[in-house]
Amino acid sequence: MSYIKPQFHHPELKKNKVGYYKTDYEGVISTLCAGCGHDSISSAIVHACYEISLEPHRLAKLSGIGCSSKTPAYFLSNSHGFNSVHGRMPSVATGAGLANRDLIYMGISGDGDTASIGMGQFVHAVRRNINMVYIVMNNGCYGLTKGQDSATADFGSISKSGSENPYTAIDLVGLALELNAGFVGRSFSGDKSQLVPMIKAALSHPGFAFIDVISPCVTFNNNQGSTKSYSYVRDHIEATSVLDFVPFEEEIKVDYEDGTSAELELFNGSKIVLSKISSHWDPRNKILAKKYLNESKENGQILTGLFYIDTETESFHKKLNTVTTPLNKLSKNDLCPGSSKLTDINKTFM
Amino acid sequence: MKPTDINDPEYFHKVVDCQYACPAHTPVPEYIRLIAQGKYTEAYMINWESNVFPGVLGRTCDRPCEPACRRVRVEEEPVAICRLKRVAADNKSNVKPFMPQGPFPSNSKKIALIGGGPASLTVARDLAPLGYEIHLYDEWESGGGMMRTQIPSFRLPLEVLNEEVNYILDMGIHTHFNHYVDSMAQILSKDYDAIFVGTGAPRGRQLDLPGYKEAQQHVQIGIEFLANVAFEHTEEIGKKVIVLGGGNTAMDCCRTSKRLGADHVYVVVRSPKADMKASPWEIDDAEREGINILNNLPPKAYVMENGKFIGMHFEHVQAVYDDNGKRKLIPTGEEDLFIEATDVILAIGQDNAFPWIERDLGLEFGKWNLPVLDRNTFQSTLPKVFFGGDAAFGPENVITAVAHGHQAAISIDLFCKGESLAKRPAPMTNLISQKMGIHEWTYDNHIADDLRYLVPHEDNEKALKDRKVEVELGFGKETGFKEAMRCLNCDVQTVFATNLCIECDACVDVCPTDCITFTENGEELELRERLNAPALNKSQDLYVSDILPTARVMVKDEDVCLHCGLCAERCPTAAWDMKKYLYNVTKSYEQDGAGVTI
Repeated sequence: MSYIKPQFHHPELKKNKVGYYKTDYEGVISTLCAGCGHDSISSAIVHACYEISLEPHRLAKLSGIGCSSKTPAYFLSNSHGFNSVHGRMPSVATGAGLANRDLIYMGISGDGDTASIGMGQFVHAVRRNINMVYIVMNNGCYGLTKGQDSATADFGSISKSGSENPYTAIDLVGLALELNAGFVGRSFSGDKSQLVPMIKAALSHPGFAFIDVISPCVTFNNNQGSTKSYSYVRDHIEATSVLDFVPFEEEIKVDYEDGTSAELELFNGSKIVLSKISSHWDPRNKILAKKYLNESKENGQILTGLFYIDTETESFHKKLNTVTTPLNKLSKNDLCPGSSKLTDINKTFM
Repeated sequence: MKPTDINDPEYFHKVVDCQYACPAHTPVPEYIRLIAQGKYTEAYMINWESNVFPGVLGRTCDRPCEPACRRVRVEEEPVAICRLKRVAADNKSNVKPFMPQGPFPSNSKKIALIGGGPASLTVARDLAPLGYEIHLYDEWESGGGMMRTQIPSFRLPLEVLNEEVNYILDMGIHTHFNHYVDSMAQILSKDYDAIFVGTGAPRGRQLDLPGYKEAQQHVQIGIEFLANVAFEHTEEIGKKVIVLGGGNTAMDCCRTSKRLGADHVYVVVRSPKADMKASPWEIDDAEREGINILNNLPPKAYVMENGKFIGMHFEHVQAVYDDNGKRKLIPTGEEDLFIEATDVILAIGQDNAFPWIERDLGLEFGKWNLPVLDRNTFQSTLPKVFFGGDAAFGPENVITAVAHGHQAAISIDLFCKGESLAKRPAPMTNLISQKMGIHEWTYDNHIADDLRYLVPHEDNEKALKDRKVEVELGFGKETGFKEAMRCLNCDVQTVFATNLCIECDACVDVCPTDCITFTENGEELELRERLNAPALNKSQDLYVSDILPTARVMVKDEDVCLHCGLCAERCPTAAWDMKKYLYNVTKSYEQDGAGVTI
């Protein structure tokens, strides 16, 4: 088994705007099962960060426990990282975000880490609108402990051992919408053409950006009867639209047919272009998003795409009126402005 | 595009760039792996079977394999394939027991070989085990042809040459040395069933410039000079030597002159350095020995003073290339250069010459006085006469002569059996999975980052004193191992099974060189543009699968695949497998009746 990636890359590989090759965004060789959907998501993250020319040192990867939470080792080796306790990644993200608002936070979690042990943490991260990208690598089972049904396993889905799941699933997308997340999307590990632009857009969103990625567990949940296998997802997938992310200052190159596309401008000037959408679909309309989501569930479809985006979201820094300088950059004089300042403050109480 | 037909023996053969580029198609990666395992004898035998002279070629080959090496495309320098061959030759144990053992039962057919060089010797080796009585004629006192007369001992020690020539002569070849064949009619009148002509390109070009008549006795032909030195007829030369020409013969002449006592040796070339025909490493070796190479100087005249030869005049020119890349040498108008000299050696080219073949025998000659031959069978217009080596299509090199020899031997055997010469034997091919367990391969798939290792050289002082001291010392076992590890194992093929693929993208994600794409099918040129990494090197094929369940196809660009096996390691369903492809050109003594008609 290979533990070291070859150092050679394609000679035609180009550097991005900040001078890095795509290989500079990779990590060590994956130790997940061969064919794991999580590896494709890792690769999509690599592509997204390379394509938007993100400097690796500006990003911090945060994760909990599980197969999903191992993946930060397999991408962005030159970025910061914190592998936390099971289900507690949102707390670490909250703390890190408060301490240093200059970094971009990417939380990687799984269905167990988010929908079971970390549920209490997850919902509050959404509610507080922590400025982060929160990716759930959702395979509907506990792959690290031999594939027991997780809380996102669909009702009636058959496990590898042959038993039917008797419980209804927690729909993380529905939950995120309910809790007012400003960016909610769902994708499939096997569809990078959708996933990569979605991650790029999420990285540019100024608040909590949630992406639920269906990621087949090739070892324990890729059997017939499973609703999260490669073939089942491919047969039932339905995209709301084709998503394109256009970074700030770049031109939109493709001509979209009138009436079938929508353009959304993000706070940093980048744009999201949604094409091939039906005429009455608007990703800024949450009610509509919920309606579509419920309808597709009834029809047995797996709806993917960007469901909802609030382009005027208020980040938690604004809500809390936090200082704009990262805490580690505050000098002694900023933190201890001296007795005259204290006197001034005290005077306000008199 | 249509799905790739991997059952075509040439498809995977082409992926093994070094083997494909080799005229004899020696299975290079196979023997390099054996060298890495310390199995020098086995590595030698793979070579011997294919190229007949591993020890000679490991020192002197023109190395068409090396520029083709995939390493050039992903790193910079090719694997030192040629010098690794020498490692096998230097470290082998007794190989004789592994060679065909005579005496061979006679098939009562007699063959004459004219000329004792690499082409003839290859024919001899390939036919002797089949029971042919083989008579080899050569004008010199021992066999080897140009390998003996034109390659100096400091590049190829006599022991190495003798050993490999004798492996063949010991198979019961009847040798007629010191026998210059001066009449084809006479040979035809004897009872030979077939005749093979491997007489090389024996005529060095003259250069008749003003003053030539007077200076004549100071002017020598390069290949004759080298032959005279090899047979110790020439043991010294003047102090100041001009060598004219920019090929490997010029390099051998200048270095030999230095060893015979010349103090100042100039190689003077008409063309720019970049256009010189000599192998770059031969030029390096000459310069390392203090030889001056002067370019853009066509010779103008031999200069005499008071009846004594004193040197040559050269004109200054400049190379100008037109839009088609055609070169013109334009005089710069500078004053002519005079170079003082006691001797001039001409190494400006060789021509074929067949003064001994009568023109009324029905054996036709065509352009450049070359025999009219069938390109595949090497048969001349006189059915029982075959040609090979430099004698066939003009000056090439040893490895090409060997390749000719193999094919001529097949033709001669078919001819003597009364069968159609067009029925060529198919190559022997084999495709075997290298899987040992989950993610375990029988080959070392780790990609070494090491840069090409340099071959150590003998000290100049010691080397220049004696023309028989070999300059290149060859890799030791340890460096040989490290260099062998640079090989990318291109013969271990990535083989794709469409029916097993679940399109999980694992191979696409892990491929370090972005070779694999799953996409909608299309026309080749258009498809090449829209792969994950554009496949711009059109000399390398695209491997296209059948239609997959999502209506896409798998397209793999063979160009910069490292053969690291990661696609197969990350494949959950073994749709990718690493399979070793062995391709062997069938020799006359290996035929089993199966064949392809050309």
